[in-house]
Amino acid sequence: MAFRQFGAAAAVAATLALATPAHAVTEIQWWHAMTGPNNDVVVKLANDFNASQSDYKIVPTFKGSYADTLNAGIAAFRAGNAPGIMQVFEVGTATMMAAKGAVKPVFELMKQQGETFDPKSYLPAITGYYSTSKGDMLSFPFNSSSMVMWVNLDALKKADIATPPKTWPEVFAAAKKLHATSPTCGFSSAWGSWGLIEQFSAWHNVPIGSKANGLDGFDTVLEFNTPLETKLLENIVELQKDKSYDYSGRTNTGEGRFTSGECPMFMTSSAFYPNVKANAKFSYTAIPMPYFPDVTGAPQNSIIGGASLWVMSGKSPEEYKGIAKFFTFLSDTDRQANLHQVSGYLPITKAAYEKTKAEGFYEKNPILEVPLKELTNKPPTENSRGLRFGGMVQLRDVFAEEIEAALAGKKSAKEALDTAVSRGNAMLRQFERTAVK
Amino acid sequence: MENRAIFSGKLLPCLLILPQLAVSLIFFYWPALQALQQSFLVQDAFGLSTEFVWFENYLSLLQTPEYYHAIGVTFVFSALVAFFSLTLGLLLAVMANRNIRGVQIYRTFLIVPYAVAPAVASVLFIFMFQPGLGMIARALQRNGVDWNPVLNGTHAMILVVIVAVWNQISYNFLFFLAGLQAIPKSVIEAAAIDGARPMRRFWTIIFPLLSPTTFFLIIVNITYVFFNTLGIIDTATGGGPNGATQTLVYKVFQDGKVGTDLGGSAAQSVILMVIVVALTAFQFRYVEKKVHY
Repeated sequence: MAFRQFGAAAAVAATLALATPAHAVTEIQWWHAMTGPNNDVVVKLANDFNASQSDYKIVPTFKGSYADTLNAGIAAFRAGNAPGIMQVFEVGTATMMAAKGAVKPVFELMKQQGETFDPKSYLPAITGYYSTSKGDMLSFPFNSSSMVMWVNLDALKKADIATPPKTWPEVFAAAKKLHATSPTCGFSSAWGSWGLIEQFSAWHNVPIGSKANGLDGFDTVLEFNTPLETKLLENIVELQKDKSYDYSGRTNTGEGRFTSGECPMFMTSSAFYPNVKANAKFSYTAIPMPYFPDVTGAPQNSIIGGASLWVMSGKSPEEYKGIAKFFTFLSDTDRQANLHQVSGYLPITKAAYEKTKAEGFYEKNPILEVPLKELTNKPPTENSRGLRFGGMVQLRDVFAEEIEAALAGKKSAKEALDTAVSRGNAMLRQFERTAVK
Repeated sequence: MENRAIFSGKLLPCLLILPQLAVSLIFFYWPALQALQQSFLVQDAFGLSTEFVWFENYLSLLQTPEYYHAIGVTFVFSALVAFFSLTLGLLLAVMANRNIRGVQIYRTFLIVPYAVAPAVASVLFIFMFQPGLGMIARALQRNGVDWNPVLNGTHAMILVVIVAVWNQISYNFLFFLAGLQAIPKSVIEAAAIDGARPMRRFWTIIFPLLSPTTFFLIIVNITYVFFNTLGIIDTATGGGPNGATQTLVYKVFQDGKVGTDLGGSAAQSVILMVIVVALTAFQFRYVEKKVHY
């Protein structure tokens, strides 16, 4: 870590030494966690912005995984040299928000710098996740996705399933049928906690935790161990016994099981799209997440995943000016629409969504509209605006551990969820103590 | 202990040990003291609020059942890894110590795994053992073994033990080979003339004469398993499923880096440090008596 910082510092020093100061250019460090094609998108955005004006220079630096980037930022802040902009994944939101004094809220920055900024022009399902309960935007949404069900249409046909399943009971029935043709995995999912607990609760308009899932305060208490969540987990545990459902790990490392054709139904992020497009050798589609039809109001709306850009505190006024201009640059309708169509991540402004729609893009690429339809299905409620739990990164591991215990038959579904809630609450209380009041 | 070198004056010897002292102080004692200090604090990730809490971090740690589970996992894991990496290392060393054609090539190849970083080693094995995709996993499944390390704790443990052992064998092999070559040929030849068969020669002559090496390796291996296997576990299983491969050092990393609970994580480091020091002291006190120098 120290070495990496030294490397970054040396690189900055070198560029500073080389730059001829005919005209003072303000450099802004942007730490991110994007790999592959998405890394190219980041670099291109920075280059385009740098070319569009001559006062500021955005310098993007890849810092490893999402967790690595967050840790690098925290370490840099403690050492007194945080970057100007830091990309933080959605579950790190509470950690960043609690660090008053370490971050500069985006709404405040835009106001101070006099940039035109209308919070209402952004999609509420996305910005809600990154805003205070009063609606003030704290960080700038960058890459957003949601959870969808990927379906291998050829396999469904082979198993004699006419239409892709819409509800959970239909999914369970389809998984059992698929067992005959796909004996090792009828149905599977990635991101266990995100899909089976977080999205599931929002989609059924039930709380994950009190205080609007923690959005209204750090004194939130987890409460997802209700009969509804238990019913889902019990069913999945039952299917796991003969591999009609087969667990694929805590993160998305098991996604290859869909593209290889092993698992014909796979619930994971909509950002899986470029990978499916490149690798699936069968006809496929993505459909909205399933729901229990006997729950009134279901489906509600889904919540986002992905990451946002946080502005760190203690920077010079010039840097802040540059960052504000960069955010205005990013919000541009054409740029957002293009970004969405190229990367598969969701557009963050309403205008960009409308523009893409008007261009007829979704008729050719209906899959890309599925997560947007899920997110905007109904106006978000207290239970579906988002979630904000301190230490969520590790909470997810705890939830996943308990789901694993239930799937392995070590605990009943009810016991597993009860333990997940009690362990999670203990961690939330610890976090609440350290949060800056 | 008898052959002491005599230096005149005190300045030169002090100067000579200074670099080593500096390294120890900066890289071992200073961080250890910092961990000790941190373990008495409750602090947020960014270091913006700090509260001194005495032993609260330790007390809350001792009240979490997961911590005791991790202690159990650590001992099972270390016993398995130390046992297999030592026995296999010794077996390979004995084999490679014979006069066979191309012995240098075998020896070189046997050392290679040590050059592979733990995380990379993990990735190699994940490729082979990934259910549904990996070569070995598919072979196992075809033969009726329901191989599933993402859900079956025993399978996950077997996987990390295999990677850790594979990564450590070379080190043990190297030391055992050096140890074997230091055993005078005349002793073994004398035993052979007296009619001792290879197995008997090994157990009554070679193995006892190797005991200093074995003792050294046991300590090094246990330290290895306690600390250096972090990368393997992180890449292969992430401590899962359901904590089945969560060792003490992995929990330190999880709580400190992922959970940003620095105080609790520091308290765990301090306890871990005490356990390893105690283990080593115990070995020097009791096991070393059986060592023939």
